[in-house]
Amino acid sequence: MKPYWPIAVVVALLAVVPFVTGSNVVLNFLITTLLIALVGQGWNLLGGYGGQYSFGHAAFFGTAAYTTAILQVQYGVNAWFGLFAGICTGSLVGAVIGVLCFRSGLRGSYFSLITLAFAEVLRIISSVTPITGAGVGTLIKLDLRAEAFQFQSRAPFYWIALALVALSLVIVRMIENSRFGAYLVAIRENEDAASALGINTFSVKLAAITISAAITAAAGCFYAQYFLFIDAAIAYGPWISIDALLAPIVGGAGTLFASLFGAFVIKALGEATKLLTGDAPGLDRVIYGLVLIAIVGLAPRGIAGLLTALSRLPFRAIARPERGNA
Amino acid sequence: MPEFLLDVENISKRFGGLVAIDRASFHVKAGSITALIGPNGAGKTTLFSIISGFLAADQGRVVYDGSDITAEPPHQRARLGVARTFQIVQPFARLTVRENIAIGSHLWQRSRAAALDAANDVALSVGLGAQLEAPAATLTIAGSKRLELARALAIAPRLLLLDEVLAGLNPSEIRDMVPMVRELTARGMTILMTEHVMQAIAALAEHVLVLAEGRIVARGSVQEVAADPLVVEAYLGRGAARRITAGSAHA
Repeated sequence: MKPYWPIAVVVALLAVVPFVTGSNVVLNFLITTLLIALVGQGWNLLGGYGGQYSFGHAAFFGTAAYTTAILQVQYGVNAWFGLFAGICTGSLVGAVIGVLCFRSGLRGSYFSLITLAFAEVLRIISSVTPITGAGVGTLIKLDLRAEAFQFQSRAPFYWIALALVALSLVIVRMIENSRFGAYLVAIRENEDAASALGINTFSVKLAAITISAAITAAAGCFYAQYFLFIDAAIAYGPWISIDALLAPIVGGAGTLFASLFGAFVIKALGEATKLLTGDAPGLDRVIYGLVLIAIVGLAPRGIAGLLTALSRLPFRAIARPERGNA
Repeated sequence: MPEFLLDVENISKRFGGLVAIDRASFHVKAGSITALIGPNGAGKTTLFSIISGFLAADQGRVVYDGSDITAEPPHQRARLGVARTFQIVQPFARLTVRENIAIGSHLWQRSRAAALDAANDVALSVGLGAQLEAPAATLTIAGSKRLELARALAIAPRLLLLDEVLAGLNPSEIRDMVPMVRELTARGMTILMTEHVMQAIAALAEHVLVLAEGRIVARGSVQEVAADPLVVEAYLGRGAARRITAGSAHA
């Protein structure tokens, strides 16, 4: 059984940050990083563990963000209920896409392209329908009360984001230690062999995409509360689908902390290149892209894979001369 | 329990214009080892895929333990007790040997710990005890073949379909595997195997079916089918049996 204490250690370390610094810049950076970590953890479950590479996690993120925003603005529903409702609609979209894709046996790049298409279709629909505010977007009314899921300072937002990330880590660890998790990894490794051993691959993949969507949906609701504004490009834009897969892949897809570590790396990288290039617009994206290519090229298993490889180095160094002597 | 654990009735399968299986019918007696032999391309693996549910037949029925399973998906057949190995080994490459086998054990064990424990026992029974923690990708061919067998055994099957588990092994590895396969019937399993290694078929199979160009051309004991001119022709070409007899008459 894989242990839970590393989650406790990492979360405890992150939880004390607001006591150390009150800087809004630092907290804002950390909150957006945790947001991406949460979005990516959803992707990690389906893509990293299950081997189903979605390019359209924006579909879950955006649906949840719009659900909570519209419920609040149009129907005066409480924001905490909006969080719950957003997670429900987000996972419903996940389940529907899952049924359609997996029922028809879509695998590999076909699955990726279809998920991308779903997200794009939702983006276009939401940019023209009145209920989403069409091209103008939806603005959530300022109401700085904890009951309304809005806060004066950033620290409570930070802790809520951290709590959601912690919960997602615990969920994924529980899955790792379960039969469902073992089946999911088996499907990633070899789907035919998995079904020969009695695994109903359709229902395992369907459960995975639904839980995956629920985690990413929670991030969508959080985004809406934190920024109080969404439009079609934010909610369903490719940026969120890309960050969703980039963070866990950089971190080492299919490992528990992949998304959290990866989110820190890509966010820090993004900020650093912006600082370096200063006024030249767009140049930061070029450097950002080059560094990402280098990371993926040099460490195809991500940070987690790199760490494992490094930890084995001393053994190899010892083993080699022994073999030479024999 | 019916006398025949498996009845294959009038199965046909076409790939475009090619008739891969042409009205094949046979029975597999419960508790027996039956071998399905034939030249390359005869349709053995296709027939296996139809029996295990990976391919749908165009016509015919597969009856297992008295009930029609023709429409059941592969995972449902596995649950009913039909296990298969793959001719081209299909390991879960990045998992260890023990984790690979545990995927099979999970069919009857919900808990991870229990499944991993059960996998230990299965690994020992096929001689993979020393490689429990090795990633499946690092196994030799002989090791991978044993792993294929171990995973299939882990679901505790009643009917075991072995698709060339001895192919690619050297003679001493084959000598190790043969008693292991025979022992499985002592544990109550029924085996249908395809194989090219005749030495192993002679040692194991009570009943042999010969498939050529999608048709069952001969059936019987090893001696009976080896003497059948149709079988000789299936392997060596039309007219070969007559030429051989003529040749030996001259000598």
